[in-house]
Amino acid sequence: MTVASEEKAVLEFKGRMLMMTVLHLKDLDPNTLHREVGRRLDEAAQWLRDAPVVIDLADPENSSQIELLAAVDTLRGLGVNLVALARNAHLDADTAAMLGLGSISLAGGRDVPRPEPAPASQTPAADTLVVEQPVRSGQQIYSHGDLIVLAPVSTGAELLAEGHIHVYNTLRGRALAGVRGNTAARIFCQDLDAELVSIAGHYRVAEDLPDNQRRKAVQITLDGDAMRFVELSGK
Amino acid sequence: MTKIVVVTSGKGGVGKTTTSAALATGLAQRGHKTTVIDFDVGLRNLDLIMGCERRVVYDLVNVINGDANLKQGLIKDKRVEDLYILPASQTRDKDALTLEGVEKVLDGLKEMGMEYIICDSPAGIEKGALTAAYFADEAVVVTNPEVSSVRDSDRILGILSSKTRKAEQGEGDIPARLLLTRYSPERVESGQMLSVEDVKEILAIDLLGVIPESQAVLNASNSGSPVILDRDSDAGQAYEDAVARFLGETREHRFLTSTKKSLFGRLFGG
Ligand SMILES: Nc1ncnc2c1ncn2[C@@H]1O[C@H](COP(=O)(O)OP(=O)(O)O)[C@@H](O)[C@H]1O
Ligand SMILES: [Mg+2]
Repeated sequence: MTVASEEKAVLEFKGRMLMMTVLHLKDLDPNTLHREVGRRLDEAAQWLRDAPVVIDLADPENSSQIELLAAVDTLRGLGVNLVALARNAHLDADTAAMLGLGSISLAGGRDVPRPEPAPASQTPAADTLVVEQPVRSGQQIYSHGDLIVLAPVSTGAELLAEGHIHVYNTLRGRALAGVRGNTAARIFCQDLDAELVSIAGHYRVAEDLPDNQRRKAVQITLDGDAMRFVELSGK
Repeated sequence: MTKIVVVTSGKGGVGKTTTSAALATGLAQRGHKTTVIDFDVGLRNLDLIMGCERRVVYDLVNVINGDANLKQGLIKDKRVEDLYILPASQTRDKDALTLEGVEKVLDGLKEMGMEYIICDSPAGIEKGALTAAYFADEAVVVTNPEVSSVRDSDRILGILSSKTRKAEQGEGDIPARLLLTRYSPERVESGQMLSVEDVKEILAIDLLGVIPESQAVLNASNSGSPVILDRDSDAGQAYEDAVARFLGETREHRFLTSTKKSLFGRLFGG
């Protein structure tokens, strides 16, 4: 056995896109936190309780480490799945490590509108969102259900849908279907020139798109861990 | 009725100021009372292109702060009737450009009976560019035929669709048209630049005009006379066409092929 294949057997780096929830804290008072966060968690769907959470302090200069420690304890006590502390000039990796958290930079990350918590008795309505205007660089569109776009999607634009994504035009930006983990979600597009396509967290960047599908009408599905690209016959 | 037009791009150095000067001058030449405002606080150069830098007393920020009234701030062009320039401040703080202040200036210009107000936007997608665009009824997006410029224009188009007063009031997107400048057919043909078709396809907006890369633009800015006044030049004529289209005329696009090639085409029946 060669060294290379031995290494391969031990570990494998895999690209996976994860949605993280950013918790902006404006007040570190444990009592306030306990009340407010507890209430939100009661209302929230299961996904919020499972979601990896990054703490982002609104006022890092004026918060003491003691306060921060107490706040982290309170949140952990409530069962919040804390994973990291947002890094800035006042909160470095050492501070995060002291709290038993990772340190990550939120700069460059983008906000994704979070699904509203559904009332307990009602199943969430999977609304289909139809977009007729071009989706431009820097714009982001989120659909709780399917997303249908009838205009070009530019490089630097991002489509996110919990369900399927249809683009009846050129897709040059990013399309992420099944963002809440629906592996049956699909992406359909009339002209594939995407920066990135993703289904339920599995993704391919432009460089890895199959060459023979580029600039074609294509359907993209997830089959286990593999993304499948099938040309749409048009008949 | 006054029409407020923002000339914008995202990227710097693509020809916004050159275009603002040409468009304002062209509209005034056709008898439309027009003011062109330089929103590029700190980097003012519209007054240079318009050749009135030696007559600047007050600027936009002075007028907003009430140090001068609008009539004192406006510079009347010496060559073209009905043309006024409101220069930017070179020194003052950018934060002085408040939306309320700008609105007051625009309202004052409306009362003076301006038909067109051309807002020369600074580069970028931050406050300065947003302020210049906020009150616009219409946009001219200036783009060079290269990928980064097209990307920035696309970005600006997205921002315009949500960040103007009209958009905020639910009146939807303001009309935006593309002006492709510094176009060099030779470099398009050799594959170094994007073609008009490429850019049109990516941005998916109407084409107002194509301005060729031209020595005449440099000559014009050196002599402080908007290039549209240089009627013999390619860029001057292209801007003249663009102004006509802006006002609703149909004109065929010119200067899209290299002179070498069109001669070749003519000789061989292409
Ligand atoms: N069509 C053109 N041909 C040649 N040079 C041009 C052309 N348009 C603009 N320029 C030059 O490009 C530079 C930037 O133009 P400017 O109008 O100041 O751009 P912006 O206002 O977008 O920063 C100037 O030096 C100008 O002379
Ligand atoms: Mg300029």
